[in-house]
Amino acid sequence: MKFINYLEKILGVDVYALTSLLIFFLFFVGVALWVWKADKKTMQKISNIPLEDGRHI
Amino acid sequence: MQLEKFYYDNKIVKMFAYATIFWGIIGMLAGLWVAIDLYYPTANLGLPYTTFGRMRPVHTNAVIFAFVGNGIFMGVYYSLQRLCKARMFSDTLSKLHFWGWQLIIAFGALTLLSGYTTGKEYAELEWPLDIAIAVVWIIFGINMFGTIIKRRESHLYVAIWFYIATWVTVAMLHIVNSFEIPFSFIKSYSWYAGVQDALVQWWYGHNAVAFFLTTPYLGVMYYFLPKAANRPIYSYRLSIIHFWALIFLYIWAGPHHLLYTALPDWAQSLGTVFSIMLLLPSWGGMLNGLFTLRGAWDKVREDPVLKFMVVAVTCYGMATFEGPMLSLKNVNAISHFTDWTIAHVHIGALGWNGFLTFGVLYWLIPRIFNTPLYSKKLATTHFWIGTIGIVLYAVPLYWAGFTQALMWKQFTPDGHLKYQFLETVTHILPMYITRSIGGTLYLIGAFLMVYNLWKTVAAGQLVANEAAEAPALPKVIETHSKQYWHRWIEARPIQMLIFSLIAVAIGGIIEMVPTFLVKSNVPTIASVKPYTPLELQGRDIYVREGCYLCHSQMIRPFRDEVARYGEYSKAGEFVYDHPFQWGSKRTGPDLARIGGKYPDSWHFNHMLDPRSMSPGSIMPAYTWLFDNKIDTSLTPAKIRAMQTLGVPYPEGYDKQANKDLEAQAKSIKETLKKDKIDISSNAEIVALIAYLQRVGTDIKAQSTANNATAITNNNN
Repeated sequence: MKFINYLEKILGVDVYALTSLLIFFLFFVGVALWVWKADKKTMQKISNIPLEDGRHI
Repeated sequence: MQLEKFYYDNKIVKMFAYATIFWGIIGMLAGLWVAIDLYYPTANLGLPYTTFGRMRPVHTNAVIFAFVGNGIFMGVYYSLQRLCKARMFSDTLSKLHFWGWQLIIAFGALTLLSGYTTGKEYAELEWPLDIAIAVVWIIFGINMFGTIIKRRESHLYVAIWFYIATWVTVAMLHIVNSFEIPFSFIKSYSWYAGVQDALVQWWYGHNAVAFFLTTPYLGVMYYFLPKAANRPIYSYRLSIIHFWALIFLYIWAGPHHLLYTALPDWAQSLGTVFSIMLLLPSWGGMLNGLFTLRGAWDKVREDPVLKFMVVAVTCYGMATFEGPMLSLKNVNAISHFTDWTIAHVHIGALGWNGFLTFGVLYWLIPRIFNTPLYSKKLATTHFWIGTIGIVLYAVPLYWAGFTQALMWKQFTPDGHLKYQFLETVTHILPMYITRSIGGTLYLIGAFLMVYNLWKTVAAGQLVANEAAEAPALPKVIETHSKQYWHRWIEARPIQMLIFSLIAVAIGGIIEMVPTFLVKSNVPTIASVKPYTPLELQGRDIYVREGCYLCHSQMIRPFRDEVARYGEYSKAGEFVYDHPFQWGSKRTGPDLARIGGKYPDSWHFNHMLDPRSMSPGSIMPAYTWLFDNKIDTSLTPAKIRAMQTLGVPYPEGYDKQANKDLEAQAKSIKETLKKDKIDISSNAEIVALIAYLQRVGTDIKAQSTANNATAITNNNN
């Protein structure tokens, strides 16, 4: 019995792998750039949110 | 600025905390039970309800959705209120969420024990419960987003991002994977078949790990670890990268559960590549957690809460290092179908989820009851017993998995398989015993916690409504000198939701769409035919008894597997399998080519008393299959459901299906009679034998036909 892997029926399947890698890469670079340029004070302020959860009375 | 006074709802946190503890104990007890079943098969008490195939889903579902699920809600309801500086959106929704979830768990356990299962791992609950889960999940979503919208803090702390991503992704996974066609009040068939069903199921299965066991707990870590250490997270920037990289990459990794199967090769490779990349954000997150404690390790020495959290985060790091390694094809060739996988997931479940939950409970219960923990010393004892338990659990199973895989693959110098399958099982039984001792220790630790927390609760009093005050959120949110696009996302919950959905949807779409689209051009194997009505009934019994939890139906293209089981499995063989039954573990041998391998009488005797046919076998006896009658009243509905799903039964076949069923059953009864076995033709065992004798035989018919043609051609 000959089984033809049905992938052979998709034209240029490599495109899927390449696109996915590209999308991730661009997004990752975008986030990394943003993080790098982010305001230090804001970062500090946000990271302190859990420690000051509303003034307890 | 005008301060607004409000109250945090601690009562709902307490309810979820109690539920976490209760279901945790139940889930662990079920786990210990099935662990003992593996070396002491009569531990099932001879009852269908307590047999491995039904108890194991109860264990996994209880631990994942009941223990960790309630743990998530406990963590979210406590931290979300405080991070938003607001009470939960609606107390009524909180209560509906709580009781709805507990009811689903209770009914889930009952239906699973009764054998109502979809046959898809970690998504076993049947369609009415699937709908209930969706409803309760939406209630949770409304309550969560309502709280976020009425918040008094302009920034959304990273923990909330993880909660949002969890909510939207679990919703997507649950809905897509639960497409099924009901044929009775409680039973259904998966909408997808074979390869597609496998791809969707493991896209779901892997991301259930990612978005139920990991992302919400990372949110919990990002809140409770800084709280317990009383210092902010090591790097908030790293947490942003951790978040986006993690949710984006995770969703692609599912196919690494299907390496070397009949799944298209490109999908397997895609799964592997993204699994390897996952190592980076995972370790970024782990280091972020551990570095938070820099310069504060002296606290870890004294504080059991931090001890639990450190081991939890370390186990997260270990499991997320091991995961990418296991998704390498050459490693997976050894690890897959063995106990290595079980060891791996328990590093995650016992270490990461379990210990983080314990840490949060020890931290949180004294706070909402406004009293110190009853005994720090006892908590530390729990920590050590639990840690030793994890080691004693995992190490023997790694050993067992590795040993068994090597034994499976070993050939004698003259080219025969060196070991019978059964020899590879009996060889690792001592490891199974040690594992259950590790599990027992872990459970004892959990009981110590119950006692400790019970004494704490008795000494304190619940602060049901904790007063707090904070300024209202200004109409115009203050901005710092520069505005970046990311601020636009991160301060707004709806944008966050949409972007998270896009990030997680891309991977699923790119993997699934091609596999689905090509369905129409799949050259289906001509000799693969739909199951006969009796075989279909038998297959449903196979699913009901959870046979797939110990037996795979997927022969990988390896020399040893082909030598042991026969021709390797092809995608085209499974086109009528709703649901697919490839399995993920071989506690028993693969069954993909079981059809025709033994006479009917062998199966009969083997199901009645496995050890009479294979001495030393650890399979339980299925005595009830000999008394239960096949439910023929459902045959027409089953056939119609299959027709709806595209299985080519002739039109109107539902009306004559039972006639064919009876005829086939009679012929099996006759065959058995020749071997001096007398059984009613409507006993369930007859249907199961019919199914087992059919599995994997269709392509044999084709190769026989091909050989015949070849011979004819040669003769010509």
